Amino acid sequence: MEHQTYFHSVTLNKDLCHGCITCVKRCPTEAIRVRDGKARILGERCIDCGECIRICPHHAKRAISDTMEALDGFKYKIALPAPVLFAQVKHLDHTGRIILALRRIGFDEVYEVGAAAELISQSTKEYMSHYQGPLPLISSACPAVLRLIRVRFPDLLEHLLPLQPPVELAAVLARRAAVEKTGLKPEEIGVAFITPCPAKVTAAKVPLGNQNRNIDAAIAISRVYPQLVQEIKKMELPEFEHLSHMGSTGLSWAANSGESIGSGQRRYIAADGIENVIKILEAIEDEQFTRLDFVELSACPGGCVGGVMNVENPYAAAARIKRLARDLPPVVTQWPTPEWLPEDVYFNKKIEPMNVMSLGGDPSQSLLLFAKMQSYERKFPGLDCGSCGSPTCHALAEDIVRGYRTEDDCIYLLKEKLEQLAQSLAGLSAHRTPMEDIEHDSE
Amino acid sequence: MTLQYHYTVPGDDFVHAGEASGHLKGILRQLGYPNDAIRRVAISMYEGEINMVIHANGGEIDAEIDDRGITIVLRDQGPGIPDVEKAMQEGWSTASDAIREQGFGAGMGLPNMKKYTDSMQIDTVLGVGTTITLRVDLH
Repeated sequence: MEHQTYFHSVTLNKDLCHGCITCVKRCPTEAIRVRDGKARILGERCIDCGECIRICPHHAKRAISDTMEALDGFKYKIALPAPVLFAQVKHLDHTGRIILALRRIGFDEVYEVGAAAELISQSTKEYMSHYQGPLPLISSACPAVLRLIRVRFPDLLEHLLPLQPPVELAAVLARRAAVEKTGLKPEEIGVAFITPCPAKVTAAKVPLGNQNRNIDAAIAISRVYPQLVQEIKKMELPEFEHLSHMGSTGLSWAANSGESIGSGQRRYIAADGIENVIKILEAIEDEQFTRLDFVELSACPGGCVGGVMNVENPYAAAARIKRLARDLPPVVTQWPTPEWLPEDVYFNKKIEPMNVMSLGGDPSQSLLLFAKMQSYERKFPGLDCGSCGSPTCHALAEDIVRGYRTEDDCIYLLKEKLEQLAQSLAGLSAHRTPMEDIEHDSE
Repeated sequence: MTLQYHYTVPGDDFVHAGEASGHLKGILRQLGYPNDAIRRVAISMYEGEINMVIHANGGEIDAEIDDRGITIVLRDQGPGIPDVEKAMQEGWSTASDAIREQGFGAGMGLPNMKKYTDSMQIDTVLGVGTTITLRVDLH
């Protein structure tokens, strides 16, 4: 079950893990088991949503992200700040301050992901005006949702809006502009995404729907935040006044429904939080939404404001996004931009389904395995207590059939067995030995 | 080798309608059956469940999975279907206004069940009930 071939940004610190089953129970793809007293992440199932990081009481789950040093070898460094970065700083009066601060902490150039988001909003409108395929279209901006669909809802892949997430477009446009400006080779330019979540770290390193790796480093917002706050205090107007190329449309992508409103959707649903996302995907699968054009889904509560690499409370961040958006024009960055190529916008690689949840084999084999699984499951108490280290009795039965566990891992079954054993021991000890009988006779 | 499941669908319960089809969908997914077949089962069975809730005050469902496909028998003791031919037309419905206001009763139930299955048999007796047998084959 363990595979090293999958890159994941969500990892476990074994020293901190108590082997409790909090994360096991909450994982939306049942990708965690407790084995030998420690949690283990099953690589092929994990979607890097960060839910386990959010809920681990011992902070044993963490997300890997790069440091500034990851850009050391590059001659020219570009930062791509996620829109939600602008919501992290208390009392921020101007989005330009963040851009100037990024330059001062070591970046040569800043290209806002929100600016690219405005382009994607326009492209979404354009794409949907000609689109004839199955509805509703599902946003492809949240990489955890993308991976969730691939693992748990493979037949909904054809509903995906086949447009790049804004950060990928931002990386392509920023690098191209930098080549033009500096005369450097593309590979001499380092592009770093300032990211709110581990799913986006994974997506930067192993993109879906994209055959190229456009992002060289993914740095957590929480990592640059302390330096940014220091710099922001040390600046005066007008030095940061005209640095931003992002309007309220791009900024609003940071919170739930921002993407839908930005692309002018009229019949849409915007859902956030991984459990809610799953319910919506189930309903789409059952064709329960017949009059819907667009569905925007974010794995984190509230949208990207809920990402686990942020510093600010998600609700405070969402309120700040709204306040900042009021002072911005609706759209600042528009097609056509000088560096633009039409193919930049679209997926250039098919997203293949991953049927990791299935038992495998042909139908007659999998029926047999499933029947075996059910016979185990019927023996279990059905409490889904998790003491065996698997999330449910059903999952334990599955783990047994797959050969990773035995039924003795169920503490209830084990207790039953011990009771039986104790009874037969009691029976045995009551049995008189021949020697005892002889003593009796001599009395 | 077959797997058999029995479900009871409560009447007038829109909150839990869809649980039976959701459960079966999960099993088919774990069996690794083709996505197309899973989708067709999920949609047609969901429609059947909703029909039971709307028209028949609930009912019983028996599902059987074999290595070539899925058979679903939906049995209710509702009013029966007065005109099967009309009921099979898209957009035709006897659902009350109250039901329509909840977003159901668009007259797509039976036509969709027909559309997504490989065979569909309706046995209905007025005042006694309706039994619908659906079959989805693995292609």
